[in-house]
Amino acid sequence: MNPRPDHSQLVAPDDGIARGDVLLDVRNVSLSFGGVKAITDISLNVLKGEIRAIIGPNGAGKTSMLNVINGFYTPQVGTIIFRRKERCSMKPHEAVGQGIARTFQNVALFKGMSTLDNIMAGRSVMMKRNIGWQMLWRGPALKEEIEHREKVEEIIDFLEIQHIRRTPVGKLPYGLQKRVELGRALAMEPSLLLLDEPMAGMNLEEKEDMSRFILDVNQQRGTTIALIEHDMGVVMDLSDRVVVLDYGKKIADGPPDEVKNNQDVIDAYLGVPH
Amino acid sequence: MAQNHASTDTLAKYLLLNAERFRGRPAMRFKDYGIWQSWTWEEQLEEVRALALGLQTLGLRRGDKVAVIGANRPRLYWSFAAIQSLGAIPVPLYADAVAEEMAYVLNHAEARFALVEDQEQVDKVLSVSPEVPILTDIIYDEPRGLKDYDHTHLHAYSAVREAGRQRLAVEDGVLDAWHQEIARGKGDEISVILYTSGTTGRPKGVMLSHDNFVRSALNGNAFDNLDENETTIAYLPLAWVGDHLFSYAQSYTAGFCVACPESAETVNEDRREIAPTYFFAPPRVFETMLTSIMVRMEDAGRLKKGMFDYFLAHAAKVGERILNREQVGLRDRVKYALGEFMVYGPLKNRMGFSRMRVGYTAGEAIGPELFSFYRSLGLNLKQLYGQTEATVYITAQADGKIRPDTVGLPSPEVEIRIAETGEVMYRSPGVFVGYYKNEEATRDTKTPDGWVHTGDAGFFDADGQLKIIDRAKDVGKLASGDLFAPKYIENTLKFFPEIKEAVAFGHGREFCGAFVNIDLAAVGNWAERNNIAYASYQELAGHPRVYETIAAHVNEANRRLAREPLMAASQIRRFLILHKELDADDGELTRTQKVRRNFIAERYGELIEALYDGSAEKFVETEVTYEDGRKGVIRATVRIADAVVHEAPSQAIREAAE
Repeated sequence: MNPRPDHSQLVAPDDGIARGDVLLDVRNVSLSFGGVKAITDISLNVLKGEIRAIIGPNGAGKTSMLNVINGFYTPQVGTIIFRRKERCSMKPHEAVGQGIARTFQNVALFKGMSTLDNIMAGRSVMMKRNIGWQMLWRGPALKEEIEHREKVEEIIDFLEIQHIRRTPVGKLPYGLQKRVELGRALAMEPSLLLLDEPMAGMNLEEKEDMSRFILDVNQQRGTTIALIEHDMGVVMDLSDRVVVLDYGKKIADGPPDEVKNNQDVIDAYLGVPH
Repeated sequence: MAQNHASTDTLAKYLLLNAERFRGRPAMRFKDYGIWQSWTWEEQLEEVRALALGLQTLGLRRGDKVAVIGANRPRLYWSFAAIQSLGAIPVPLYADAVAEEMAYVLNHAEARFALVEDQEQVDKVLSVSPEVPILTDIIYDEPRGLKDYDHTHLHAYSAVREAGRQRLAVEDGVLDAWHQEIARGKGDEISVILYTSGTTGRPKGVMLSHDNFVRSALNGNAFDNLDENETTIAYLPLAWVGDHLFSYAQSYTAGFCVACPESAETVNEDRREIAPTYFFAPPRVFETMLTSIMVRMEDAGRLKKGMFDYFLAHAAKVGERILNREQVGLRDRVKYALGEFMVYGPLKNRMGFSRMRVGYTAGEAIGPELFSFYRSLGLNLKQLYGQTEATVYITAQADGKIRPDTVGLPSPEVEIRIAETGEVMYRSPGVFVGYYKNEEATRDTKTPDGWVHTGDAGFFDADGQLKIIDRAKDVGKLASGDLFAPKYIENTLKFFPEIKEAVAFGHGREFCGAFVNIDLAAVGNWAERNNIAYASYQELAGHPRVYETIAAHVNEANRRLAREPLMAASQIRRFLILHKELDADDGELTRTQKVRRNFIAERYGELIEALYDGSAEKFVETEVTYEDGRKGVIRATVRIADAVVHEAPSQAIREAAE
């Protein structure tokens, strides 16, 4: 009768790892581009179900770290264990198959496509029918499309973006574009969601909205989140644990309160000469 | 069901009746997950029943009050029926009210339960719950974000409904007991308490009975021939009496389908998809719609734009006459039919009015041009005058008897009289029972024999249509004893685009005088075209040619006033153009841009005297506040001009002579 489910069916996939166990373990990783050392001997882990923040001044190696985590960069030294499996070098689309989705510091959406199509694009990695079927758009391909569309509609409902469903994203204000990008990442039903500065360039109200969505994604759907963010207030309120990088090195790691009072962190942010 | 529905005096009884007579017809639609979900009357009954039985397990009893807070969603509408079926009383609140306002209403209404939409509302209610000791349980519809809340006194709607379904499945006699509860409900009992958002003082709880709603709804249905085939879209606040009548009571009594939009932001889109046959909107909705169309047409290609302009001009010429079934030549009719095909039809489709049979606007006066625009497209848009205390209907315009400047004839079964003071009073089956826990206010508003003061001043025109002129407390008398309605005069002046604001004086005076503020954009534009140089507002306002233009407008306004027997005496004899713009920073306007008449009278006392002592000009110094808070002084010599007065209809002359 009423097809509306009372609870979202979209939850993080069960990967056999219990809440609170290590989902991702980065061990002694170093990454350099020619002579430039982006990351030096960093170890950190992400526990299942937590919100993990990576912070640090400009050029500290945060985005490099995210790129290492999602497999876009392969570090020269160190090991990465994701879902109990050691990772070898792989391409980004293989990384997606692993269950890691991300958003970007500068919004990276298909500007000419609608919100709906952008989020549908996030599901494309899961579509099984080949291009021939897709073009026919009959039978199994249609059925598959409907299934995916249902999931996408749940995300649209979840992020409260019904009113822009058919609007080309290029026309949307920045805050909404960020939300669409989050939607596309969620569409992949990731076990680990990486957010690269989700609040950058937002006003206070947009930040509050975004914070609520991040918390809801984490609590309601049980998605593990690792995020980079410059707004300290947001970081301290949202995250369960914070790791601080400076010049490619890890200088602190722990709960927000602890990190806030760490002398090295204060020095790094206030700019004590090295 | 072998129930006897001989006396359907409550909406819960109508629900049982509809589940039989309209069984498989749609009762409710809701756009969710991008798709319109529908419920038939049978399914709606099932939903309401499950919720009611579930609410019983939480301890809801006859006479309890339940606050209902949220947007237009099926579940909140079902809660009205479920609560009423148990003899309890729903109290819908404005969803955008801040927590403190909510605390006042929850306390005053003694709400034991709150049924709310989502986390936002739960948070608000929880934050004030220490101040509202009587409130025990909160039921929420949308579970998002509420997973980790303490659920001892917090319940998911779905859980309550499930509990109800469970009872129905396992307990014996539950269904009969529920039917008996419904049968116990009487028409004269309180069905709902609606809090009016009073502009002054605390909101008052208007108690309305089942009879009020059932009879008003039936009258409304008959007046506009509404039946089970209508569709309407519910998007106005639940706490507003109009929504309660249009989207709930009328739907239950007529059996038509109510569509709930996906979210507040998607209403326009959703309306286009649903294409309601019965629609209600305050004037500003029609205004925004027109503006957005005009803006888009500016960007249209030349051919389209030309076609649009051509056919709209034709519609303006004959559209309304065709709608009113007046005589129109064949040529014009054919051209109009072509326009319908090429322009009006697609335009109405765009606005979601393709199927609209009856549309109402109310709440405030609608601009005559705006009103005529929609009517010329063939839309049966009408005006309605009503208030919460009347269960909406006081007057409404009947098909074919529609004019933009009146609010229509008395609605069915409504008696209206104009009090000595000019105040409109009415008596009808919709008249409220009283203000909840406020005997004094009830006595002030409602006479022992059932007449209610509207607080508005008005009069019947020659056709017997009611015209509302002002709030009764603002209406004064000229020294001659004639009615003086400042807002009516000011609105007549403000009709001209060059006049931005006007303030009329005349209470206790010999004649009516006015201050005028010119519209800098409109007059500035005119000055540029006519090569009139000016350096400031003050200079432009004092320009002789500007005075000429305004004098012509005042003359025209007087001509219009002269046509109304009651208004003829308050034609403007003298006016002046104020040397500065009225400004909220100086306290001359409210923040919502309404004129603060008393404050202005005090501040410009000298100028008012100059209006009445016959002087031709007056030197004044006025203190002003700049945006950064600094104060300054404007000095000016303001010229006072005489206006042409028109001959009034004979009746008014007689009255003035007495």
